[in-house]
Amino acid sequence: MVQASPADPHDSAALTARIEKRWALMVVSIVALLVAMVIFTGLHWAMMPPSRVETADPTTLHVSGEFVESNLGSSVEADGSVTVRMIGQQYSFTPQCIVVPAQTPITFRATSADVVHGMLITGTNINSMIEPGYISTFKTEFDKPGNHLMPCHEFCGVGHEAMWANVKVVDKGTFSKMAADTRRLTCDL
Amino acid sequence: MISNKRLVLAHFWLAFAIFGLAVLLGEWQMFIRSPLHGWIHNPDLYYRSVTAHGTVMGYVFPTLIAMGFGYAIAELSLNQPLIGRRWAWAGYALIIVGSISAVIPVAMGLDSVLYTFYPPMIGNAFYYIGVVLVVVGSWIWVALMGINLHAWKRAHPGAPVPLAMFANVAGAYLWGWTAIGAALELLFQILPVALGLSHTINAGLSRVLFSWTLHAIVYFWLMPAYIAFYTIVPRAIGGRLYSDTMARISFVLFLVFAMPIGIHHLFADPQIGSGFKFVHSVFTAMVSVPTLLTVFTICASVEIAARLRGGKGAFGWLKALPWDNPQMLALTFSFVMLGFGGAGGLINMSYQLDSTIHNTQWVTGHFHLIFGGAIVIMYFAIAYDLWPHLTGRAMQDLRLIRTQLWLWFIGMIVTTFPWHYVGILGMPRRMAYYDYTAPGMSAEGVAVVMSAVGGALLVLSALLFLTILYRNHSANRVEPAPFTFSQAIHEPTSLPLALNGLGLWVGLMIALTITNYGYPILQLIGLHDADVPAVYSGGQQ
Repeated sequence: MVQASPADPHDSAALTARIEKRWALMVVSIVALLVAMVIFTGLHWAMMPPSRVETADPTTLHVSGEFVESNLGSSVEADGSVTVRMIGQQYSFTPQCIVVPAQTPITFRATSADVVHGMLITGTNINSMIEPGYISTFKTEFDKPGNHLMPCHEFCGVGHEAMWANVKVVDKGTFSKMAADTRRLTCDL
Repeated sequence: MISNKRLVLAHFWLAFAIFGLAVLLGEWQMFIRSPLHGWIHNPDLYYRSVTAHGTVMGYVFPTLIAMGFGYAIAELSLNQPLIGRRWAWAGYALIIVGSISAVIPVAMGLDSVLYTFYPPMIGNAFYYIGVVLVVVGSWIWVALMGINLHAWKRAHPGAPVPLAMFANVAGAYLWGWTAIGAALELLFQILPVALGLSHTINAGLSRVLFSWTLHAIVYFWLMPAYIAFYTIVPRAIGGRLYSDTMARISFVLFLVFAMPIGIHHLFADPQIGSGFKFVHSVFTAMVSVPTLLTVFTICASVEIAARLRGGKGAFGWLKALPWDNPQMLALTFSFVMLGFGGAGGLINMSYQLDSTIHNTQWVTGHFHLIFGGAIVIMYFAIAYDLWPHLTGRAMQDLRLIRTQLWLWFIGMIVTTFPWHYVGILGMPRRMAYYDYTAPGMSAEGVAVVMSAVGGALLVLSALLFLTILYRNHSANRVEPAPFTFSQAIHEPTSLPLALNGLGLWVGLMIALTITNYGYPILQLIGLHDADVPAVYSGGQQ
C-alpha cells in the first residue's frame, strides 16, 4: 500500500495524504450515518429520553402532592392510558409490586425521598434515574403479560443490593377488572 | 536522556504499587458477589472496597502514570532538563498526602460513597479533601508541562514541537480543564455540607458538574496509551509513523471533543432536557473520529514495519511482523480490546440503545475493557520500554513479559464479556450480593463466576508485571542506546501554527464546554426547589 519512493519524496507524501483523506472521509461518513440513525429512531419511533425538568420536595412527599402514599401505584386515565406513580427510598420502592396492563400506553412518574436511586425493568428497555428533588417521567408500553424484576441500579447506600421490586404485566381484560373497584392498583408477589 | 530518573521512577512505582493493591480489591469484589461465596454479612465492606478500587484506579493510578510519563517525555523529546523539579516533587507529595487522607476514612467505613461521590449522600470530609489534594498535585504537573514546552519554544523559534511533547501537553491541558467540573462540585457543593456549613444540596446539579469531569477523564487516561501508539510502538517494531500531521490532528480533536459530551452519562436523568442530551449524543459520536483516525495511522505504520521486514501481499505482511516483540503484542491486544470496547461505546452513546444497558453491568464491562484493557496494557508497554532507560539495566524476561501481556488480555476478555452479557439481561451495577435463586437471576450466576475467574487471571498478570519490573532493578547493568521516539515517513520540517501549538484548540475546548454546559448548569444553579437535605453516610452528622 505504501511505497516510499526515495527518488521523489513529494510523490509519496502526496500519496500518503490522499489515502489518509479517503479514510478520514469514510470515518466522517460513518459518524454521520450513526447520528442520522439516532435522529431517525428518535423522531420516527418517538424514542426520546425524558425531557421535562420538574421538581418535587422530598421532605413533603408524604404529606401533600401527587406522591402521597394513597396516590402511589397504577391508575387509569380518562383516555384509557395508565399512569404509574412510585417513590424510591433507602432501600425499597413504594409500591414494591407494580401491576400494569399489556398493550396499553403507560406513563411512569417517579421521585426519590432521600438519595439518588435508579430503576430498570429486566427484559425491557425501561431505564431511568430517580433523583431527590426531581420527577422522572417516561412513557412506555409492554408487549405481553409476564413478570419482571425491577432493581435499583444506582448505588444508594449500604442496603442498595437489597432494593428490588417486581413488575407484573397482566392482559388488558384482567387489568380492567382489577381496576373496576379500586382507584390505585398495586399487587403482591 | 532522562536526568530526573528518580522522579519518574517514583511516580511509576507508586502508581503500579497501588494498582496492584486495587486489582486485589477488584478481584475480591467479584468473588464476594459471585455464587462462589454466600451473601456478605456486612455489605458496607464491599462498598468500602468499591470506593477504594474506584478512587485508586480512576484518580490516583492513571494520574501518576500520566505525570511520570509526562516528565520523561518532557526531558526525552525536548532534550532539556526538566524545569521545576522541586515543584514536581511537591506535586508528588500532595498526591501522597491526598491519597492517605482519602483512604483512611474510606477504610474506616466513613466514606462508602463510591468514587463518583453521589450527593446528597455525604461522607467524612477528609475523603473529599484528599481527592482535591490529588487533583491539585496533578495541576502542578499540568502547569509544568506548559512551562517546559513554552521554554523550549522560545529557545527554538519556529521549530516543530516534537509529537510526543505536543500530545503530552494536549493531555495535560485536557486534564487541567476537565478536572474543574468535579472540583466545582467538591468545593461548592459537597465540602460545605461535609464540613457542616450547609445542609442541602442540588443533586441534579452535582451530577451535571461531575459529568463534566467523568467523560473527558477517560481521554486523559487514554492519552499516555495513544502517545505510546504513535511515538513508541512504530519505533520499537522497526517501522515508521505513517503521518505526523494526522497524529497531531487526532490529539487536538481529543482536546476539543472529549469535553462537551459528558451529558451522555445522564441520558436517563430527569434534570436535563432532551435537547442537550441530543447535542451531547452527537458530539460523543464525533469523539470517535480521532480514534478511528488513530487506528488507520497505526495500522499503516505497522504495515510499514512489516514491509521493511520483507512482508508481501495484501495480508501476507501480517506474518512478517515481530510478534515476539512485547510492544507488538501489547499494541495488538490493545487494539482488539479498543475495537470491542469502542463498539460498546457507540451503543452507549446512542440514547435509544443506551436505555437498555444504562447502569447495568454492561457499563462496568465497557469501561473495564477500554480502560483496564486497551489503556492499561499500554501502560505496561510504556513501563517495559522506559524501564531500562530508568534503571540502566537490561530487560531480560521477554518470555515472561509476553506471558504477562497474554494473561492480561485473556483475563480482561474473560472478565468483561460476561459482564456485557449479564448487563443486557438487566443485572444492575454495584451490588454487594445478588439473589441467584430468584427466577430471572439464576441464569446470570454462571456468567458472574466466569468474570471472577477472569479476574483471577488479571491478579496473576498484575503480580507477574510487578515481579518483572522489580527483577529488572537487579539485572545486568547495560548502557541502553539513546531513547528515541518514532520517526515519521515524512518528518515535519515546519508546521502550520495551529498544529505546532495548542492555543487555538484550548480556546475551542473552553468555548464548546461553555456552549454545551453553560445553559444546563446556570439553569440548575437557579433551581432552588431542587435543593434537598443531605443524607449522611457512615453514621456521621
